[in-house]
Amino acid sequence: MASVSIPTERRGGLLRRPDATTGVWSWLTTVDHKRIGILYGITAFLFFIVGGTEALLIRLQLAQPDQTILNPSVYNEIFTMHGITMVFLVVMPLSAAFFNYLLPLMIGARDVAFPRLNAFSYWAFLFAGTFIYSSWFLGGAPNGGWFGYAPNSVVDPTRGMTFYAIGLLIAGIASTVSAVNLAVTIINMRAPGMTLFRMPVFVWMGLVVQLLLAFSLPIITIGLVELLFDRLFSTHFFDPAAGGDPVLWQHLFWLFGHPEVYILILPAFGIISEVLPVFARKPLFGYQFVVFSGIAIGFIGFGVWAHHMFAVGLGPVANTAFAVSTIIIAIPTGVKIFNWLGTLWKGDIWFTTAMLFSIGVISMFVIGGLSGVMHAVVPSDYQQTDTYFIVAHFHYVLFGGAILGLFAGMYYWWPKVFGRFLNERWGKIHFWTTLIGFNLAFGPMHILGLQGMPRRIQSYPESLGLTFWNLVSTIGAFTIAVGTLVFLVIAIASFRKPKQMVADPWDARTLEWLTTSPPPVHNFDEIPVVHSLDELWHRKYAETEGGRVVPVAAGGSGQEAHGDGHGDSHAIHLPSPSYYPLVAALGLPVLGYGLIFGLPFVVAGLVILLVGLYGWVLEPSVE
Amino acid sequence: MATAEHQVQVPVTDHAATSTGLPNMKLAIWLFLASDCLLFGALISTYVLYRGASVTGPYPADVFDIPYTSVSSFVLLASSLTMVLALASIQRGDPARMRVWLLATAMLGLTFVGGQVYEFTTFAQEGLTLSTNVFGTSFYVLTGFHGAHVTVGILMLLTVVGMSFGGRITQDRAETVEIVGLYWHFVDIVWIVIFTVVYLIPTGTPPGA
Repeated sequence: MASVSIPTERRGGLLRRPDATTGVWSWLTTVDHKRIGILYGITAFLFFIVGGTEALLIRLQLAQPDQTILNPSVYNEIFTMHGITMVFLVVMPLSAAFFNYLLPLMIGARDVAFPRLNAFSYWAFLFAGTFIYSSWFLGGAPNGGWFGYAPNSVVDPTRGMTFYAIGLLIAGIASTVSAVNLAVTIINMRAPGMTLFRMPVFVWMGLVVQLLLAFSLPIITIGLVELLFDRLFSTHFFDPAAGGDPVLWQHLFWLFGHPEVYILILPAFGIISEVLPVFARKPLFGYQFVVFSGIAIGFIGFGVWAHHMFAVGLGPVANTAFAVSTIIIAIPTGVKIFNWLGTLWKGDIWFTTAMLFSIGVISMFVIGGLSGVMHAVVPSDYQQTDTYFIVAHFHYVLFGGAILGLFAGMYYWWPKVFGRFLNERWGKIHFWTTLIGFNLAFGPMHILGLQGMPRRIQSYPESLGLTFWNLVSTIGAFTIAVGTLVFLVIAIASFRKPKQMVADPWDARTLEWLTTSPPPVHNFDEIPVVHSLDELWHRKYAETEGGRVVPVAAGGSGQEAHGDGHGDSHAIHLPSPSYYPLVAALGLPVLGYGLIFGLPFVVAGLVILLVGLYGWVLEPSVE
Repeated sequence: MATAEHQVQVPVTDHAATSTGLPNMKLAIWLFLASDCLLFGALISTYVLYRGASVTGPYPADVFDIPYTSVSSFVLLASSLTMVLALASIQRGDPARMRVWLLATAMLGLTFVGGQVYEFTTFAQEGLTLSTNVFGTSFYVLTGFHGAHVTVGILMLLTVVGMSFGGRITQDRAETVEIVGLYWHFVDIVWIVIFTVVYLIPTGTPPGA
């Protein structure tokens, strides 16, 4: 075995480099991509519970007509926070959890390109989330929708939308830094032989998502800065009386907002593109088609934003152009659906929970995709815009697509990450409860929307005849909650069993299954040399002349390779833990509070940030 | 396929060659700058959208002093030359000369930022503030954002000078200087665009003037 050295002797920095490998400090100072991935996952799941609770409150309020559980202003805060939470604090960081943990393992790397920057991203994300949520106690939560349309978001007298703007700016910094870091990792840190077209689809989708983040976040950043200036410094960016244009906000928001939709869904597409081939016992059908479709989605995703704005009145030329581009983007998405079906076709299917969730993604996403194509038709969209039909549509793609896909990933990679299975029997109960609850909750919203029920209303009179389907939807929402509770229980219960896991429990195809479960801190004793797509599968199986697949005698899983005596002589240097990512990230929310509560916080925030950054730069390097 | 073939291992070194041959830091700064382009792109778009949209003065033609701003633009562009000379010095292994050129670059940058502060003050005295009209709003935020970029660049330059005194910037680590340089040149190039769009392209006669 190769020996791992994490050097502890330090000189020259502001502080001694931390060296704990267990306990709280080891987690606070970790730069290990696997630990950071786990931190992302746990944090995002906690926010999932919070955002889900907000959803339940919304559904309780709407279960019957004329209810007063939430008054209108609290209702506005709740649905806004539900949207912000689910988009920025759940699906994005949960995807980041998978990317962080898996990308280096899947490309045969020891860590990401910039481990300390990676830790910084996590802490900045955590502080962004807590910053936004602290608004509940500091003068009111954001209440203008996750889209924050101006001028409403400017003139609102509470502090909510200021928290929104600053919180999302911090989250944006976290995501941009992480996007650059992970993109460099994928482009530059691949194992020998891992050419671009030998990368697993999940890695490809990771690359597309990071590039989408890097090029869409700056646009919303400027939108948020302008919003913040309008609120704090009386500028006139979105003030029609002074010649400003509120529609500019919509353009900036959706120029980010639509790529964001693909930022949310492509990770799930990547996950199921890994899960389906493993449990269908077949290679992914048309790997290159899936990859190029993902790239195409990434490009076209920047050219469809105004389909969120058909009802704004941009004129027939603009509306037609964006209708066409929207219909075009359905093509690469449809291609993927057929690739997944082709993968299942005549496969030797193993219905594990991960597989069920993946099939759930395909079927639910198709429903959401079809209603999406309906919105591309402008006259039809005029009828549906701002109704519950839209709510139904985006929950079918974001819950039915992204969340189900992320659950598929959890069941699939749990053994790798924690060395234990999630209970399959209860997992299936989780799946079916979630699937049925999901369709009960969001299916009826199609009907409600076509009946004309508008979004974002706090109540409705009985005479409108909307009661029945609203009640069904509420029952569905609580069914989802039961399903999630089941997951929580089996997740916790999985840790009661001793860690006992083979490297490759699913007979999988990609490199992360080559190393032990859970992987050692240095990932691989020997960096694998890659010879083909689905490298691990080709190490385990070969094809005979007649085209039959037979196992290779001395199957090449990681442990067996240890005996060859190559790995004894050298030490693997891993980056040391560091305090500074945490310190630097802490400066951001303090600075943010300063913009609201005055100069002392600004000064404190800047000092913390500078101490963090200079400590970081001057920290002795690994050598 | 034979399994023996798969067990061929490459030696693990601390400085494993990257897949593209490009250093990680350099790839990262290029990606970051590409991303930063979109920041300025959104701000410049905002400015262009609001050209001639102000319902009250002062208008651009009332406040701009193009010869003055041309001189400070020239100062900023000249700093790209000193930046190149700084990089060339350290690549030759001459940290002392590198420090001189880095300080010169920082001084030129500081002159530009000082000029901007003076310009903002003058404009404010002539009645143009952030909240006067959409011209003031979009002008100050765009140029101020650029000024903040230059200021960050100056801090980075001075940090490199400080690190060089500590012996941390050596010939074989010239990459650090190169990366700061890439950022610096980027900020200069963006200024060419901003100067052209904001100052040089005339807005036309303001309504009611």
